[in-house]
Amino acid sequence: MTTAVRVPRTSRMSVGGAKLRALRRNRLALTGGVIAAVFVIVALCAPLIAPYDPAQPDFNNALAGPGWAHWLGTDDLGRDQLSRVVFGARASMQVGVLAVLLAFLVGVPLGLAAGYYGKLTDGAVSRLTDTMLAFPFLVLAVGLAAILGPSLTNATIAIGISQIPAVIRITRAETLRLKHADYVAAAVANGGGDGTVLFGHILPNATSALIVQATVGVPAAIIGEALLSFLGLGVQPPDASLGVMLASAQSFLAPAPWMAVFPGLAIVAATLAFNLLGDGLRDVLDPRGATR
Amino acid sequence: MSPDPVREEPVLSVRDLSVSFRSGERTVHAVDHVSYDLKRGEVLAVVGESGCGKSVTSMAVMGLLPPTATITGSVRLGGRELAGAPDKELQKVRGNDIAMIFQEPMTSLNPVLTIGRQIGEVLRRHQGLNRKQAREKSVELLTLVGIPAPRQRIEEYPHQLSGGMRQRVMIAIAVACDPAVLIADEPTTALDVTVQAGILEVLQSLRERLGTAIVLITHDLGVVADSADRVLVMYAGRAVEQAPVDELFAAPRHPYTRGLLGAVLKPGAHAGGTKRRLPEIPGLVPSLTEQPDACTFAPRCTLADEQCTTRRPGFRAVELTAGADARHKAACWHANTMTKEVVR
Amino acid sequence: MTDPVLELGELTRHFGPVRAVDGVSITVGRGEVVGLVGESGSGKSTVGRCAVRLDEPTGGTVRINGTDVTRMSRRALRPLRKDFHLVFQDPSSSLDPRMTIGQIIAEPIKLHGLAKGDAVRARVEELLGQVGLRPEHADRHPHELSGGQRQRISIARALSVDPDLLVADEPTSALDVSVQASVLNLLADLQRDRGFGCLFITHDLAAVEFLADRIAVMYLGQIVEQAPTAELFADPKHPYTQALLSAAPVPDPVTQRTRERIVLNGELPSPLDPPAGCRFHTRCPLAVDRCRTEVPELRTLDGGRQVSCHLVAEDGTAPDASSPVHAN
Repeated sequence: MTTAVRVPRTSRMSVGGAKLRALRRNRLALTGGVIAAVFVIVALCAPLIAPYDPAQPDFNNALAGPGWAHWLGTDDLGRDQLSRVVFGARASMQVGVLAVLLAFLVGVPLGLAAGYYGKLTDGAVSRLTDTMLAFPFLVLAVGLAAILGPSLTNATIAIGISQIPAVIRITRAETLRLKHADYVAAAVANGGGDGTVLFGHILPNATSALIVQATVGVPAAIIGEALLSFLGLGVQPPDASLGVMLASAQSFLAPAPWMAVFPGLAIVAATLAFNLLGDGLRDVLDPRGATR
Repeated sequence: MSPDPVREEPVLSVRDLSVSFRSGERTVHAVDHVSYDLKRGEVLAVVGESGCGKSVTSMAVMGLLPPTATITGSVRLGGRELAGAPDKELQKVRGNDIAMIFQEPMTSLNPVLTIGRQIGEVLRRHQGLNRKQAREKSVELLTLVGIPAPRQRIEEYPHQLSGGMRQRVMIAIAVACDPAVLIADEPTTALDVTVQAGILEVLQSLRERLGTAIVLITHDLGVVADSADRVLVMYAGRAVEQAPVDELFAAPRHPYTRGLLGAVLKPGAHAGGTKRRLPEIPGLVPSLTEQPDACTFAPRCTLADEQCTTRRPGFRAVELTAGADARHKAACWHANTMTKEVVR
Repeated sequence: MTDPVLELGELTRHFGPVRAVDGVSITVGRGEVVGLVGESGSGKSTVGRCAVRLDEPTGGTVRINGTDVTRMSRRALRPLRKDFHLVFQDPSSSLDPRMTIGQIIAEPIKLHGLAKGDAVRARVEELLGQVGLRPEHADRHPHELSGGQRQRISIARALSVDPDLLVADEPTSALDVSVQASVLNLLADLQRDRGFGCLFITHDLAAVEFLADRIAVMYLGQIVEQAPTAELFADPKHPYTQALLSAAPVPDPVTQRTRERIVLNGELPSPLDPPAGCRFHTRCPLAVDRCRTEVPELRTLDGGRQVSCHLVAEDGTAPDASSPVHAN
């Protein structure tokens, strides 16, 4: 069917402005964005926000319920839950951002090469991706912890590696789509080499898809961190992590349910926020999504 | 070539049709007070460039616009008012009394159903034929639109047909219930010229054999010259000129029509290495965010004077002596005084 | 042709079993405009892409300014790319949506080191002026311009390297009638001023007549006829050319009513399995037995025009496809 509505040609509205407006209209995405922003700010300013030292025990106040002194209560060692959630969020965000960054640093160049050069390069990268997918995430994390010792850094590396295949796939798919665009052919005709084509034209036009992938990767990494820390493979006590908090809350579910509830809520809120933001961005940034 | 111009009732009568779309804070006035009549067996070409509102007008007539569209005015089909009619009633009318074909036949056909199934479905729904009758009628329709070996073709799927054959199938589906009016929106634009020739012949035979009235939406003045009885020229959402086809090409009375006819390439005009420049229309099509009380072509018009920029010209007969049902009308303050000399 | 800018010799391009281009030879002289006409599936766009090495020919040769570039590596070809450029059909997809107009036009200038620093911007503004746009357009993005303006940008980009050869692939097909006229005028003006050779690929007979000095007609991957523009329009020899010319409606109702249309039989055959003998015989109203078995050669007639049809006599007498003797 022919397009029924045409936007007048003299429109001077910028693409960026229009997309921002569209995102603002999407209530869910906006909510997600605001919560995600709060998490980022909390993570950055954790030492300023936390009312207590998250690792300082206070045995006189152990297992205190939520109240004026300790808004979210205290744990079995009398540590302030609010401070621990704040620092836990900091650890979560740190892992979220760094793991995704690692995945992108490795995955984007491989995806670009596989999509653009095809043939042998594509075959090699695809086999690599398959191999990585065949390796269960937990086995990788346990193995890494066994060799290098359990730590936040090693958890980040394990999570980052686990996200590489997804980044390769999305980058490769975008590259395959864009390399047949006329403006890419024009860049070759301009006398551009592979660098100009890949980093001057294909990558900038793939950013929308990659941004969406990043907003999906961050919550996955947050959950990954919580899981590894819960199992003792990530953040080590007495440092705070949402996963560590859940692990120690296990023994006190009946007398002090708040020990499990608040870190759990924080995880749910963070993942939900980033996923909503990602969905919203996908609708706004992806031209194919917009026509659906 | 047109049927006897007797004073018969028009099968389709559009009066002061306006369509606007709201998008965010802006309103786009895509069609502004367009009127036309269509008689039985007549081919009316609606001509204009992208964004002039020619497709939106037809979608409004068909009642196919999205809910974001605001439609005013009247659309009468065989004495029945369609504008504002409930969806259920329109569904009965569409396909039965008025049908439409589009530029890209592939997207209008269901890829997983056979051709016979898709034509049969229309026949069984609207005419209550049984499976066998529908099959016979389908073969008949495919023959009518010039598809060879129709008995084999009805077992095939859309992807097995070429673009031209698919468009013929679309036409067969559209005329399955013998509609009074067929709207053809750029039916040959996606096709090669040798294929286009065949489709145009099918359309001609429909109006001759079935008396179908056709609204032919196109940007191609060659197609207009080939197939139309009358022409409606649109610019920026408004009707600017309407005339019998010979008169429009021989003596256009709106400066935009003149510009369009001047800009179009004529085979044979440039042979012998005499590279003349083609006449151009300076400037750009205006934004449709407002429909001012002025001539919207004035900023690009060489004849524009103060009156053109301050008062909207009515869509009136170009000859002062002609009555309200004049065959040649134009929306231009200078139409009556314009010389008959042609710009080519 | 003493000084050709483009020579295609027996060019072939097969995509697996699909013979999209099958032995096409075209020469474009310096300052000459050669029209390449054909319908969809004729392979004309593939010829254009091979000519500027955006596609890899499977056989034959591509020479630009006398240099054989057929097998040259992409890297080795890069410095030569300032000698030829192209304009695409769809101006909305041929300009990078993330770049400004200035960046788009500056890219080839910078890549070839044709200007440095402030001179780049000056050159961009000069080019914008030459294609009828204003300097401030340099700061806009493609989506802010109309289709005609975008096509002007595409032309400005192609001419920024001052090429000897311009390949224009359906440059006006996506544009409105009045905009087509202005883009054709622009191309004609620039071509006359700058004197570049041009391979003008189109399905629009009127446009090619306006612009081209010489026309080659393609059918199913091969050239069936080649002649100076005026001669081709006045006296088309090949039945396919005759059918093509007769099918395009003339924008004049009085003339159009009297014209006789040659309606071709059947459908365009698949390039997977092109017909034996003359490739056009399945649709030709004049085909005889010989056409079904024997491949016609592209013969050069007196006066230099070429045609590949058994029915065209040695002296150039051509059959009339509108009045077939043999019922088919």
